[in-house]
Amino acid sequence: MIVNEKVAIDHGLKKEEYVKICELLKRTPNITELGIFSAMWNEHCSYKSSRLHLKKLPTKGKKVIQGPGENAGVIDIEDNDAIVFKIESHNHPSFIEPYQGAATGVGGIMRDVFTMGARPIANLNSIHFGSTQHKKTKNLLRGVVHGIGGYGNCMGVPTIAGQTSFDSSYNGNILVNAMTLGLVKKDKIFYSKAAGINKPVIYVGSKTGRDGIHGASMASASFDDKIEEKKPTVQVGDPFTEKLLLEACLELMAGDSIIAIQDMGAAGLTSSSIEMASKGNLGIEINLNRVPCREAKMSPYEIMLSESQERMLIVLENGKEEQAKKIFDKWNLDFAVIGKTTKSKKIELYFDNEKVADIPVNTLVENSPMYDRKWKKAKLPKKNNIKKEDIKHLKIIDVLKKILANPNVCSKEWIWEQYDHTVMGDTIQKPGGDAGVVRVHGTDKAVAASVDSSAVYCWAHPLTGGKQVVCESFRNLIAVGAKPVAITNCLNFGSPENQDNMGEFVECVQGIGEASEYLKFPVVSGNVSFYNQTKDQGIKPTPTIGGVGLIKDYKNMVTMEFKEADNLVLVIGKTEGHIDQSLFARNILDEKNGPPPEVNLFNEKNNGETLLKLIDNNLIKSAHDVSLGGIITAVAKMCIKGKMGINIKKPKYLINEIEYLFAEDQGRYIIEINKKNFKKVADILNKNAVHFDELGTIIENELYINDKTKVTIDELSTSNKSWLKNYMSK
Amino acid sequence: MKSSVITFPGSNCDRDMDVALKKFGFKNKMVWHDDNELPKSDLIVLPGGFSYGDYLRCGSMASKSKIMHSVINFANSGGMVMGICNGFQILVETGLVPGVLLRNKYLEFICKNVFVKIKDKENKYFKNIDNEVLEFHIAHNEGNYFCSNDQLKEIEDNNQIAINYCDKYGKIEDQYNPNGSIKNIAGIFNKEKNVLGMMPHPERMIDKSLSGEDGSLFFKNLLNNLK
Repeated sequence: MIVNEKVAIDHGLKKEEYVKICELLKRTPNITELGIFSAMWNEHCSYKSSRLHLKKLPTKGKKVIQGPGENAGVIDIEDNDAIVFKIESHNHPSFIEPYQGAATGVGGIMRDVFTMGARPIANLNSIHFGSTQHKKTKNLLRGVVHGIGGYGNCMGVPTIAGQTSFDSSYNGNILVNAMTLGLVKKDKIFYSKAAGINKPVIYVGSKTGRDGIHGASMASASFDDKIEEKKPTVQVGDPFTEKLLLEACLELMAGDSIIAIQDMGAAGLTSSSIEMASKGNLGIEINLNRVPCREAKMSPYEIMLSESQERMLIVLENGKEEQAKKIFDKWNLDFAVIGKTTKSKKIELYFDNEKVADIPVNTLVENSPMYDRKWKKAKLPKKNNIKKEDIKHLKIIDVLKKILANPNVCSKEWIWEQYDHTVMGDTIQKPGGDAGVVRVHGTDKAVAASVDSSAVYCWAHPLTGGKQVVCESFRNLIAVGAKPVAITNCLNFGSPENQDNMGEFVECVQGIGEASEYLKFPVVSGNVSFYNQTKDQGIKPTPTIGGVGLIKDYKNMVTMEFKEADNLVLVIGKTEGHIDQSLFARNILDEKNGPPPEVNLFNEKNNGETLLKLIDNNLIKSAHDVSLGGIITAVAKMCIKGKMGINIKKPKYLINEIEYLFAEDQGRYIIEINKKNFKKVADILNKNAVHFDELGTIIENELYINDKTKVTIDELSTSNKSWLKNYMSK
Repeated sequence: MKSSVITFPGSNCDRDMDVALKKFGFKNKMVWHDDNELPKSDLIVLPGGFSYGDYLRCGSMASKSKIMHSVINFANSGGMVMGICNGFQILVETGLVPGVLLRNKYLEFICKNVFVKIKDKENKYFKNIDNEVLEFHIAHNEGNYFCSNDQLKEIEDNNQIAINYCDKYGKIEDQYNPNGSIKNIAGIFNKEKNVLGMMPHPERMIDKSLSGEDGSLFFKNLLNNLK
């Protein structure tokens, strides 16, 4: 096939990018080489629109062993233990083929983690769908949930937490973000940097097929009317093979024969070989005839661009091939020496005794395009004046029931009961709480993890929204008694070529950066997904934050359900009555404008750290962060989970009852304490200048507000638990 | 007491079972599916997971593994063999216990706590347990027990039903049946009651920080019965 500008453009390259390729090579690339360039230079692999801004994120910290740039981030959790974790998007494929798209998203992120030598110990996911009225939503939700479960359950890794939202901006572009945590010994972490010349390059895992060719390019473009035609670009997952690959890799890693290892994810053999060579400042030579293929007569182009799953590339020490092969034979996996490292600093491919590609590695990596895209700064919207007469007629209990049954607040049991969340025998906090918690096997330590995003806030004001998501993650970890350590981010946005969308990206990233810097909650890994867009319609900006925290003694973990009658309930943090962009404003008043709640990083940090002090002093019986739906929604959920009631007395602030109960001011928690400890608790809060309200007392069965309104917990529970089940069974 | 847990390709509750058995005093060994010989054991466990990826039919390929010849001989000579979840599916495929396990009635994987009523205590697995009802945990996609009417009659006549899904008071009703199993069956024995297949995972209920502690009760009792 003759390569020209048109062919390059069909590969998703821009005209000027094609010109640059010819200049760098000082000749016209052949079709295999063009395929390689298109795979490495697309948005998904090259981060060409985002790199400039991602550089500004804080990535260092005392506990950070490895920041962004590797397969996943690594943090120190003491005693020579480390946690490897990352979140990644699989949005485009999941919309086209929900089961396989979601499944291979989960498979891919687990591979990123065990490539580094860590055994995966927990999975999480953040999934976003279109309006519940949209005709595709139900099938997409079902397919995605089955896919996530199908892969994770088979791998035997518990899915311990997640987030599901519905918003019409995802009608044409759903989001599927998958996160994995793995456990590794600090001195047994594996990296992807190749070293040494003439070292064997080994291919292990599944055979290479024709699935997923151009997957990464597909994920770097907007959708149009012909998306159905893109089905063949979606990879097909085989979790059974991945389970074998996991066990075989960990068995090989127990020895000392691996120099570098890299999974074949987006852009398959192309990106894995080039990344290893680039990091090691080396060349790699591969004989493509030696690559195990599933189908006959695959061309070099197809072999290099296939995104078949469950494959790894390894640079091995000389002479260790036989020993390594034995392990992979035992697990019935392919093992092939396909090439070697060279000093040429080039990627050189041979097929049928002919050289089919010859590209300097730096042209693919360092010389890849980087754009300073134009972007528009967002203005802070004006506050709405909510008129008394608009809310006067509302009955609090009716509103509460509506909110509890809102698709974005309701119980997601229908989803997480389909995920094995207890396998591995260390899950001590299941889905449905503020964060999932797993013990570090055989120790007293536990790791908490949460995924969060607030697209509505980010849409209303990206800078504030970016900060808020990091704070929410921080709060969710603290609410279970964990000290927040670090985050991973999955940045889901529309087209970077649109100035508004690019502005949302830039300012969200700035917000994330500011908050993570202030809270000492660095970003150690992540992924950017642009072009979540159908024709001109982009999604609401949705940065997802995956937070990880450490609990030194798992017996001190806190859960959110109310425990005992007569205990006191307090609200930590001040309630100003911010209603704009709250669930109440958007869904009850139908008011979609206005600014999101303000984020005060000082209060956020101070309130959180003070709550941790209370937890360390064993003064907290239950805790929950206040988020969507405000104080009353948070309290109602604590009642439902604990099957207990509460007698609420609104503090005598000037703001009215509705504003007090439904406002979404930040930096707040609900806590339950024993009455006799009130003074101790109040002293610690006062000493640290943390504002708190006395909200009420726990009772049996019913929720009372100011002695005049009441509802049974059973009734609230039904509102909360039945919506999703009913929706999915209709 | 010595126990052995068989690891098949795709088993993923093998470690959990190892942890549980050791916690309650078994000397446990892990045995690879491709081995011929079983170590000397008082109890063989086929653990949960997705042996061979559940391809073809859950448990069918594992039931033809090399080690299974020894396991079948061991069972036929009266040895204690327990299959949990995927292990139950494997047992069904070997014919050591009757019936089949179909896809769950609502076609969805289910992971949650359930209550089971002990139907028969004249066996080494449940003898001497004071409770009538245990809280166990299930996590499966194909746990819908089914058999022919003739088989069912035989199973009932021989008291081969081990446990039934029920509520916390032991009431066995359709609404407490998570997967559509015939007669709420959660576990059954072979005729001689030395082989037990059950869907629930007692190994996930061995610590009060986990889903519950009724698994501890089960393992402690099992060890005492084997002594």
